[in-house]
Amino acid sequence: MAHYSLLINGRNYEADVEADTPLLWVLRDALGLVGTKYGCGISQCGACTVHLNGNAVRSCAIPVSAAAKGKVTTIEGLSEKGDHPVQQAWKEIDVPQCGYCQAGQIMTAAALLGKNPHPTAEQIDTAMNANICRCGTYHRIHEAVALASTKMK
Amino acid sequence: MTAAIKTSRRNFLKIAATTSGGLLLGFNWGGAEATAMKVMATDQAPALAGVDFNSYLSISPEGVITIFSPNPELGQNIKTSFPMIVAEELDADWSTVKVMQAALDTKKYERQLTGGSGAIPHSWERLRKAGATARHLLVEAAAKRLNVNAGELTTEKSFVIHAASGRKLSYGELATEASKISVPTEVKLKDIKDFKLIGTAVKNVDNDAMVTGKPLFGLDFYREGMLFAMVQRPRSFGMKLKSVDSAAAKAVSGIIDVVTFKNNVAVVGKSTWQVNKARKLLKIEYEPEGAIESTSDHDKLFKDLLNSSAATVRRKDGDVDAAFKSAAKVIKREYQCPFLSHSTMEPMNFFAHVREDGVELVGPTQTPDAARQETAKLLGRSADQITVEITRLGGGFGRRLMTDYVVEAAELSSIIKAPVKVIWTREDDMMGGMYRPAVRYRFEAALDNDNKLIGYKLRGVGINVGNSTREDNFPSGAVDNLLIESVEHKSPITTAPWRAPITNFLAFAEQAFLDEVAAEAKMDPIQFRLSLLERAKTTPVGAIKYNIDRMKAVIELAAEKSSWGKKKNVSQGFSVYFSHRSYVAQVAEVEMKKGKPVIQKIYAAADCGVVVNLSGANQQVRGGIVDGMGHALFSQLTFKDGAAEQNNFNNYRLIRMKEIPEIDVHFVNNGIDPTGLGEPALPPTGGAIANAIFKATGKRLYSQPFTKPQLDGLEGVSLGERM
Repeated sequence: MAHYSLLINGRNYEADVEADTPLLWVLRDALGLVGTKYGCGISQCGACTVHLNGNAVRSCAIPVSAAAKGKVTTIEGLSEKGDHPVQQAWKEIDVPQCGYCQAGQIMTAAALLGKNPHPTAEQIDTAMNANICRCGTYHRIHEAVALASTKMK
Repeated sequence: MTAAIKTSRRNFLKIAATTSGGLLLGFNWGGAEATAMKVMATDQAPALAGVDFNSYLSISPEGVITIFSPNPELGQNIKTSFPMIVAEELDADWSTVKVMQAALDTKKYERQLTGGSGAIPHSWERLRKAGATARHLLVEAAAKRLNVNAGELTTEKSFVIHAASGRKLSYGELATEASKISVPTEVKLKDIKDFKLIGTAVKNVDNDAMVTGKPLFGLDFYREGMLFAMVQRPRSFGMKLKSVDSAAAKAVSGIIDVVTFKNNVAVVGKSTWQVNKARKLLKIEYEPEGAIESTSDHDKLFKDLLNSSAATVRRKDGDVDAAFKSAAKVIKREYQCPFLSHSTMEPMNFFAHVREDGVELVGPTQTPDAARQETAKLLGRSADQITVEITRLGGGFGRRLMTDYVVEAAELSSIIKAPVKVIWTREDDMMGGMYRPAVRYRFEAALDNDNKLIGYKLRGVGINVGNSTREDNFPSGAVDNLLIESVEHKSPITTAPWRAPITNFLAFAEQAFLDEVAAEAKMDPIQFRLSLLERAKTTPVGAIKYNIDRMKAVIELAAEKSSWGKKKNVSQGFSVYFSHRSYVAQVAEVEMKKGKPVIQKIYAAADCGVVVNLSGANQQVRGGIVDGMGHALFSQLTFKDGAAEQNNFNNYRLIRMKEIPEIDVHFVNNGIDPTGLGEPALPPTGGAIANAIFKATGKRLYSQPFTKPQLDGLEGVSLGERM
C-alpha cells in the first residue's frame, strides 16, 4: 500500500492503494467516481477513457503511480453543469441506448475536439473507432461529435 | 465513498410522504389484472406501495407528474416510451413528467421482464388506460370546481380548459380533489390520429444522468460495508473442480477470504483490483465430468446430424419425397453459424446481501422475478423474503435473462454472511458460457419445369437448442410440399437466448438461400418472394402464422425507398423477415472500391405497428442492423478442449465506427397496435449483406462470420474501406 495525492477534476483526492492499481479502480473503488466504466481491462473498448493532461487515455491501463503526476479529468468533471459542448450535443442527438459506453465515448470526443475543434468526418471516424458501442449508436455518436464541433469556441 | 444508488421505491415514498394531497393512481403494467386501478391521495402512498401495484402515476399539488417504469431498461428505451404512452392519454406536459425505475413488485407482477420484444405490445392498452383514467378524474374534478359539464372541458399540457369561459385549471391544483373521485370502469381512449406525443422523437429520460456519469448501473452500485468478489469458474466446459490451493491468494493485501462452492472458487476482498490480483494466484486443478468438446468436433458432428434419422419433424405439408423426385431442378445448400458471446458492455455483476431476516438483491437483470425465484430455491427461503432492485442494464441481449450470476452472488453472500458484489471480468464473461448456440442448416428446394417452387426442405442441427427452426415462418404456407426438421446435440457448453433467438442466424441462411433459388428460377429476388406471398394468400398450404399483407407492405416500401433494381454501379441485396411480432425488409448496397466490396448503405422498412418514440425506434432499427452486421461479419467463439479460444475484445471482434454503413430507416404507417421493435431489425441484415456481396463479387457466403474462412475451406470475404 502507498499513499497517493491525485488531482482529479480540479480537486485533490487522497488514496491508499497499491502502486500497480490502475487509475480506473482507484476512481471507482477508492474515490467513488463511478462514471468511468470498466469494459475490458485491456485498452480495447474505451469505456474507461479519461483525460490525463488533456489527452484521452485508458484508465484501465494507467497505474495510479503514473496518474499521480498529472491532471486527471473524468466524466464527472468534464464540465461543472454537464454542459460541455460534447455533453450538449449528446443530449440533442439523443445518443445513448444502454448508455454504459457513453462516458468513455464523450471523453474520447472531448479530447479530440480539444485538440482539433473542427475535425473532418474521417478524423471523427478515426478518433471514435477506438471506442466500442455494443448497442450500435455509432451513427449518432458521429453526428453528435460533428454537432459539438460547431459549438466549440 | 459515496453511496451510489438509492432505492427507487423508497425515494418515491419519500416524495409521496412529503407531499400533502395530490393524486396517486396505482395500476399494473405487467399484471394479469392489469386494468384494475386504485386511486388515492399521495400522502396515503405507503399504504398502497409494494402491495397491490407495480406502477404508480402520481400528480402532486405542485404539478409534478411522476411515473414508475417497471420493466428493466437495457437500451431498448422502455423507460422513456412507457411513460410517453401514459402521458399521451393524460395530456400531460411531458417536460414536467418524472420517470423512476420500479423495483420488483412482490405480488401481482406478471411480466416485469425485458425480452422477446414484448413489453410495449403487452402493456400498450393498460398504459393508455392508466393515463386516460387519470385524465378522466382530473376532468371530473374540474367540472365540479367550475360547475360545468365535463363534456365542455378539454385537456392540454397538464391543464383542464374550459374554452367557453376562458378558464383553466392545472392538474396540480386538481390532483387532491381528483383523488377523491372513484375510478370509472370504462374510459375512452384517444383516436390514434389525435396523438400529440406518441410518434414524435422524445429524448431518453436518463440522458442528463448518462452524459454526466451518474451512478446508474449495477457495477456502480455501492453499499457501505460491501465486499468485492471474483469467482474462478472452470475454464473448460465439461470439467469440475478437483483441488484448490488458495494460500498465495489469501496472502494478498485486502483479501478477506477464499471460499469454494460447487465448481466455483470465490476470492473475497476489499477492492476489485486486490481481488483480481489475488485470484490470479489461485492454484486450481480440474478433472473431467462430461464431454470435452472442441469446434472441430462440432464441425464433424454437424455433418453427422444433418444425416441422422433421429430428427424431430416440426412441420410437414404434402409429399416432399414425391416433389423432389419429380423436380426439374434441385438446389441444396448448407449454412453454419458459430457460438457468440453476448458481450454486454457492462460485464455480469450482482450485489447480494443474505441476512437472517431477508435477502437483498441489487443489479442488472432482465428477469428480476426469475432471479428471485431461483435465489429462493437455492437458499430455501420464501420468495417474499427477497427484494430485487433493478439498476439500469449496460446491455442485455438475452444474457441477463439468465439468473446464474444472480444466484451465484446470493450463494456467496450466504456463505460469507456479508453483503457482497460479485464482479465478472470481461474474460469471465466471454469464457463463462450462456452463448448464442452454434447451428448448421441444410436447405433444399425443388423447382418444376416452369421454375415453380414445388418442394422445400429445411433441417436445422443445433447445440443445446431444442428447435433451431421457425417452422411456420415464410415460406411455409406458400409451398405445396414442405418438410421442416430439427436435431439437437446436448453439450456441456452452456447456451442462452441471444437477441432474436434462432432467427438471428436462421434469417440469414433462409434469405441467402431464397436468393439462390430465385436466381435458379430466373426471377428477381423481390418478385420471387412476392409471388410466393401471393401464392400463400390465394391458395394457402396448411397454417399461415405470419401476416401476408404486412410482409408485402415492408417489401414494397424497402423496394421503393431503395429504388430497387434502378441503380447503376451499386449492387443491391434483399432480405425480409418476420420475427416476434414485427416485419422488417432490408436492402443492402455494396460498391466495389479498389477491387473490394464495401457495404455503403442499408435501407430498412419496418412494420412494428404504431411507432411510440420516433427517436428510440429509429435507433432501435439502426442499432439492430449494426448488431446484425457486426456479428455476421466479424464475431465468432471457437473452442479447444472445452474452453473458449477468445476471451476479450482483442481476439473477439465487435464492429466499430469505421465499419458502419449509412442506414436509412422507414416505418410502415398502418395504425395497428405496437408489435415490438427490440429484436426484429436484426435478423434480416446478414441476408441482405450476403446477397449484395454476391451481386457485387459473384461470391456466395455460407457461414458466419463472413470475413473468416467459409465452409469446406473456401475463403471468406475481404471488405474494402468505406472512406
